[in-house]
Amino acid sequence: MDAAVFWILAVLAVVSGVWVFRFDSMARATFSLLTSLLCVGGLVILLGLDYLGIVIVLMMTIEMAIMAVFMVMYMMNPAGLMPMTMMHNKKGAAVVCGLVFALLAAGILLAPWPARRGKAPADPTMELGMSLMGPQMLTMMTLGLALFATIVATVVLATRRGRYDRLGDDLRARRADDPVRGGVGQ
Amino acid sequence: MTLELLLLVAAALFCVGLFGALTQQSIVMLMMGLELMLGGVILAAAAAWHYIAPAAADGQVLIVLAVTAMALEMAVGFAVVTALFRSREVDMTDMAAELKE
Repeated sequence: MDAAVFWILAVLAVVSGVWVFRFDSMARATFSLLTSLLCVGGLVILLGLDYLGIVIVLMMTIEMAIMAVFMVMYMMNPAGLMPMTMMHNKKGAAVVCGLVFALLAAGILLAPWPARRGKAPADPTMELGMSLMGPQMLTMMTLGLALFATIVATVVLATRRGRYDRLGDDLRARRADDPVRGGVGQ
Repeated sequence: MTLELLLLVAAALFCVGLFGALTQQSIVMLMMGLELMLGGVILAAAAAWHYIAPAAADGQVLIVLAVTAMALEMAVGFAVVTALFRSREVDMTDMAAELKE
């Protein structure tokens, strides 16, 4: 049973991964990527990591929904009504990827993998939580800091008008120059 | 289902993603390639946890790290696209190449 599920999910993950870059329609490409990543989540659940698998499934669903919105906003041909390719250096990339895969596959097949050591805990989620709040606390704090830095960076990058637009280059303007009245300093 | 098979699937996902990241001209499509690559990393980490060291939580922590990297990459990527598009109506990597010189 596990083997059948594994094969279905694995083949579906790789095939829909390939189709991401073959569809003309951006919406289809997004949903193809979603299928691929959902299969990855399914494989993670199959390996016994229920919590992380479900986190991946939930996160990817929402992430791809957001991605679809951005696609429609920014791409010139979101519906794929005109067949077009937007690729460059296809041959070079194919060679690079073929070589990388050959290298990885050789490593995977030739490496003397160690035997399984220890037994999975009864509740891997509990183990993960205890680890993140204990010995891996530094990892957790780094992740938290990175997430916070991302929030600040995305807001800075995405806002149209910063304080220099409002208050002049030396920030000395007495009244903020806003297109709409109101707010701080008015 | 063996460790080697799972790692091969992960390697295939990684390479498909790499191909997309190298070939796509649209920045949003390029980010989809990066997501696929990270999906491969997640699968490899899960396989390593299950087949090599299930007693230690390090494999799981690695997955948490990869998932976070995915989210950060998406957020910063879209913010950069927004900034680029706002300043010069560009959504393709080739058109945003003047920093190259």
